[in-house]
Amino acid sequence: MSLILSVVIIVFIYVVIFQITKASEYVSILKGEEASRQQNNKINGFLMITFLVLGFIGIYVCNKAYYGKTQLAQGAASIQGEKVDQMLFITLTVTGIVFVITQVLLFWFAYKYQEDKNRKAFFFAHSTKLELIWTAVPAIALTILVVFGLRNWFFFTSEAPKNAMVVEVTGKQFGWIFRYPGKDAVFGKKYYKNIDPATNSVGIVWDDTYSKDDILTEQTMYIVKGKPVKLILGSRDVIHDVGLTHFRLKMDAVPGIPTTMWFTPIYTTKEMREKTGNPNFVYEISCDQVCGNGHYSMKGIIEVVDQEEYDLWMVKQKPQYFTAFPEKDPTAVPVAAADTTAKVTTAKM
Amino acid sequence: MSHEAALQNHEGHESHEHDGHHEHHDTFLTKYVFSQDHKMIAKQFLITGMVWAVLGGLMSVLFRLQLGYPDSSFPWLESILGKWAKGGQITPQAYYALVTTHGTVLVFFVLTAGLSGTFANFLIPLQIGARDMASPFMNMLSYWFFFTASIVMMSSLFVETGPFSGGWTAYPPLSALHDASPGSKTGMDLWIISMALFVVSSLLGGLNYIATILNMRTKGMSMTRLPLTIWALFFTAVLGVLSFPVLLSGLILLIFDRNFGTSFYLSDIYVNGVGALSNEGGSAILFQHLFWFLGHPEVYIILLPAMGMVSEIISVNSRKPIFGYMAMLGSLFSIAILAFLVWAHHMFVTGLNPFLGSVFVLLTLLIAIPSGIKVFNWLTTLWRGNIRFTPGMLFAIGFVSLFISGGLTGIWLGNAALDIYLHDSYFVVAHFHIVMGVASMFGMFAGVYHWFPKMYGRYLNNSLGYLHFWITIAGAYMIFWPMHYQGLAGMPRRYFDFSIWESFKQFADLNRFISTVAMIVFATQILFLINFFYSIFKGRKVTVLNPWESNTLEWTTPIRPGHGNWPGEIPEVHRWPYDYSKDGHDFIPQTTPVGEDESGTH
Repeated sequence: MSLILSVVIIVFIYVVIFQITKASEYVSILKGEEASRQQNNKINGFLMITFLVLGFIGIYVCNKAYYGKTQLAQGAASIQGEKVDQMLFITLTVTGIVFVITQVLLFWFAYKYQEDKNRKAFFFAHSTKLELIWTAVPAIALTILVVFGLRNWFFFTSEAPKNAMVVEVTGKQFGWIFRYPGKDAVFGKKYYKNIDPATNSVGIVWDDTYSKDDILTEQTMYIVKGKPVKLILGSRDVIHDVGLTHFRLKMDAVPGIPTTMWFTPIYTTKEMREKTGNPNFVYEISCDQVCGNGHYSMKGIIEVVDQEEYDLWMVKQKPQYFTAFPEKDPTAVPVAAADTTAKVTTAKM
Repeated sequence: MSHEAALQNHEGHESHEHDGHHEHHDTFLTKYVFSQDHKMIAKQFLITGMVWAVLGGLMSVLFRLQLGYPDSSFPWLESILGKWAKGGQITPQAYYALVTTHGTVLVFFVLTAGLSGTFANFLIPLQIGARDMASPFMNMLSYWFFFTASIVMMSSLFVETGPFSGGWTAYPPLSALHDASPGSKTGMDLWIISMALFVVSSLLGGLNYIATILNMRTKGMSMTRLPLTIWALFFTAVLGVLSFPVLLSGLILLIFDRNFGTSFYLSDIYVNGVGALSNEGGSAILFQHLFWFLGHPEVYIILLPAMGMVSEIISVNSRKPIFGYMAMLGSLFSIAILAFLVWAHHMFVTGLNPFLGSVFVLLTLLIAIPSGIKVFNWLTTLWRGNIRFTPGMLFAIGFVSLFISGGLTGIWLGNAALDIYLHDSYFVVAHFHIVMGVASMFGMFAGVYHWFPKMYGRYLNNSLGYLHFWITIAGAYMIFWPMHYQGLAGMPRRYFDFSIWESFKQFADLNRFISTVAMIVFATQILFLINFFYSIFKGRKVTVLNPWESNTLEWTTPIRPGHGNWPGEIPEVHRWPYDYSKDGHDFIPQTTPVGEDESGTH
């Protein structure tokens, strides 16, 4: 019933608007083409300048309401992110100036040069000087932006520092898997056909001795404040994207083609909670490449902690090998484990 | 006697005898359905485009409903969408299908076919002085391939597993694996077939446009006397002909990967619930290269016709020549060239070689220079003009405003070091909707308002036109301006719901605001449609040949031109089309011979 009613109301509004505009069209015919054109020009010319003024007021209001909710207000949480923010402000300044000048000219000209019977338009078809000016000036401004941009770009995409910790991040529909290389600091080999969702979610090759101490976690990744971290990204199924809003970086996770990114976090999660005044603050990994119906819920958490806290956490982690083969866990069944490990090593040799 | 002249003589002769040839034995079927008259084909493209614009717009209203009111349920949604809106709330599957179809339809069916299909067909013969396209038959086929593509795309909406739902860019493996998403089953096959048909349509049309512009100009119409609309449509056609085949090749490989077990795009994949696939050695990124090799020129396929029409309309209504004709032409040309050299700026975060990325940064930001030239030239055209605010002119001015706003954010996104943060966020959504979506829509509206009298011999209702313009431009800014802020908060695009995200959930009220405005703007477009269809039959009749006092050739044809356009000889051209306010004359049509005491001619 209410549906029918609202449809009726909407149709009614359309009919009313249509009838009014139709009537105004008849009026303008009665007035004569010249007179009604003059009137229309006046009204629209006035609206042009009004739109310009209201537009800038709107921008101010919008900025006031929402700037505080953006990442810019919060500040970046990595040294890379600080560079991104700095560049954002430089670009904003340059494009902002151009924006204001051109929009003001556009609407002001439209208002000022509306048709006037007593004025003749100025025949002005060409001016090499003017055209050179507005080729050269933007070219210079762009050069500055390109230089800034590329300097940062090459820094962001450079090799990670030697002392960086390494974490492997694998995307799957719809979650993230993290692998740490363990004590030997080397990842064991992996092959996708070994994937077993229960015990070996990234397809580690257990024959590889480096794999024995690899640690797998899901949902939450721990990294250390002030220490560069290099992420090796991959995907099990479709393309995902590791979006790190607070660190101002993102990189695709592509099946079959590993990609990398690195950054240095500068605030722990706890420090960010104080900084933002939000007790629920967490660093979130968002999937930024559409990956299926659960795309919007593909969330990971990053805990940025101090070195000590990280070490405490790391000690508690059990190598995935022992989850896959509980019988070989030395803490559980010491004798049997030593036996098979020897066998596996021989097999590999 | 040149070949051209011979052709004209022959045609002219024929039309004398038959009084606008073909007019005699036209049946309903040959006049309105399988028409070979470029003007009728243009109208077919326009109206089909409008149907798609309404459907595509309606889809955006539906998914904006979800984004604006994620916690509410609307029982009436279930009555129209059935299982796609169980309990009155759109399902994620339906949401992604809507987003994907909205994108595909708006980009290809509305802003490519509906825009350049309409105006290339309508304006090329009329403005260059030709009786029809080089091949009217191919031209007809072009429309019917588009129509078939439309039917196939439409049918995918009614498939059990739903239409394709992996985004309009259709990146594999998501689009290649049937089991990765329900939308990647039959819906995707139909999507590919539809797009393949669309490529054929666009090639048939494009080749025709190029051939017509190059070979069938009337006497005296040298290339540099062409209106900028024609130049823009020419470059558009060239872009389409050179880039659409690449998309087709990418899609063919995708069909093979989907259905015949090849591994062009697939490698090392384990699908939940299915297990490890046997495909190895493919590259998922290859598709992105092929896709964006079309995808980026496509942006200019959408924009250039709008730029061309806006140039023409601003010049006519400012009663001034377009400023810097050759610079406008040069910038169109350089945009067309650069369009092919920037595709990888969509791929900065795919793991692209950083050096390659830096080259694409440079080439991408270069586009700002010709774009800047165009903007400054439009502004100078307005300067010291005598502006008539017809609805067409308003939309043209709106186009310039939107093109500035959206173009400037392109400088942000084209810089890889910023893209690495803003990529695939709402900032991108805001950017391309303003610069490509809404701006081109404005170009299209400007074109429709300006050439409607030529199309149907009647005027559109002016007052409704004004209302349409002011609500739409204010609404467009209210929808897309705040999205920049969401983007700067890192909010990713294509999210069904933000409420579980600590970082992105602070915009619930803004989302509601945007959705509400979107619905109002959509309702306003219905007002335009009412105006359009009412005026075709009941609008005020055009009584003068040249209602806008314009210089171009289309206004020398009869008020309702028949097939063949000019009843007698095709007029000869003596000057460029922009002699407005020259030597004290308000306007001097192209057909007026150069006077003896005239000041320097173009």
